[in-house]
Amino acid sequence: MSSSDPKGTPPDSQLVSAIRAGDQNAMAALYDRYSPIVYSVALRVLGDTGAAEDVLQDVFMQLWRNPSAFDSSRGSLGAWLAVIARNRAIDALRKRRPENDIEDIVISVETDLASEADRARSAQKVRGILGSMPAAQRSTLEMAYFEGLTHTEIAAKTGEPLGTIKTRIRAGLTTLRKAFQE
Amino acid sequence: MTGHEQYAEDLALYALGSLQGDERVNLEKHLDSCSSCRQELEALRGDGALLALAATGPKPPQRSRKRLMDAIAKEPRGSSVPAPARHFNLWAFFGWAAAIGMFLVVIQLRRQNTSLQIAVNSLGSVVGSQTIELENARRVVDTLTAPEAQTVTLVAGKTPPQPQGKAFYLRNRSGLVFVANNLAPLPPDKIYELWLIPPDGKPIAAGLFKPDARGNASVINPPGIPAGVEAKTFAVTLEAANGPHDAPHGTGVMAGGV
Repeated sequence: MSSSDPKGTPPDSQLVSAIRAGDQNAMAALYDRYSPIVYSVALRVLGDTGAAEDVLQDVFMQLWRNPSAFDSSRGSLGAWLAVIARNRAIDALRKRRPENDIEDIVISVETDLASEADRARSAQKVRGILGSMPAAQRSTLEMAYFEGLTHTEIAAKTGEPLGTIKTRIRAGLTTLRKAFQE
Repeated sequence: MTGHEQYAEDLALYALGSLQGDERVNLEKHLDSCSSCRQELEALRGDGALLALAATGPKPPQRSRKRLMDAIAKEPRGSSVPAPARHFNLWAFFGWAAAIGMFLVVIQLRRQNTSLQIAVNSLGSVVGSQTIELENARRVVDTLTAPEAQTVTLVAGKTPPQPQGKAFYLRNRSGLVFVANNLAPLPPDKIYELWLIPPDGKPIAAGLFKPDARGNASVINPPGIPAGVEAKTFAVTLEAANGPHDAPHGTGVMAGGV
């Protein structure tokens, strides 16, 4: 995974190494690259700009304090930050302490999000896939992901059996994966 | 998903944080011992990351950038940061279990020392032996818990299951604790060797080890590490069991930079 920008800007791995050495400019570069993803996810979950800014600050401070928590062999830094932002935002939404330390968040994803063009292309693709899903499946997936509801809460809210909720969530994630593997 | 289809739906829910109760507890137990399900979990989290891309909105305000840069300027690399509360994970379990275990050992040794000193002066030699153990236990605890201790994760390539190692190194006391998992079984004539590589690039032998049946292994305070030596990298190689072990001759297994 190159994670490099077509304009020749440093790849993520190089910037993370520089952050390990205390380079604040490298931190600024990664912020400029990924803050829109992190902020968008937090805002979508929380619906409040102030709270989303707090999550944004928290996610990048975690990266500054512990850059080694990111395992570059497993995939994109942008995807990893997005997952952390989503989890932190859900924690804030449910007014609970963070459920995971960032070192516990290990993800495996091949999609490169380092360039703005990559991010825009991937975002458009995801929205297209979600748009093509049955409404009930899309809604279930969004309730789990962006509202942080448990499967029992979703079942109670929708009146659907627990097994149906589980199947929809798994099938939704599988559909996303297959579309990006094509 | 490679096998364990019965966990497939629960894994998807778990990846999104939507699995609770007994089902979550049971799945976490299973994940502790199943590398293929752990890999699937990582992939499902990656799928979730793709879902995050569906969130579109305005860019963050400029003040957020200034706020972050001001904050990191006040917190330069190496400053002490309070660790957030952590929930259960295998590495944390290893670390804290070792720390708690060593703490109990320290308390026990202290009690024994006091008793021995008061009761029988002639047992001074025993006390001396206990003191060495106590000092060793203290070094382990210090290495695992000191804020300035360096923590390095060593990873290999993408061949599943992923061998992983974690080194805790306390330079000023030559304290080194290394734990690894998912190691491949050793051929009969081979052994793993841990190396501390200083900035000058000449590796220092930091212990031979063999994994157990589950691929777990550890090295605790190996002798022979010069006091105060700076570590740039830690690495593990596969060496001939009958040596020599003074320099790496075998193949690299994993490595991680400080």
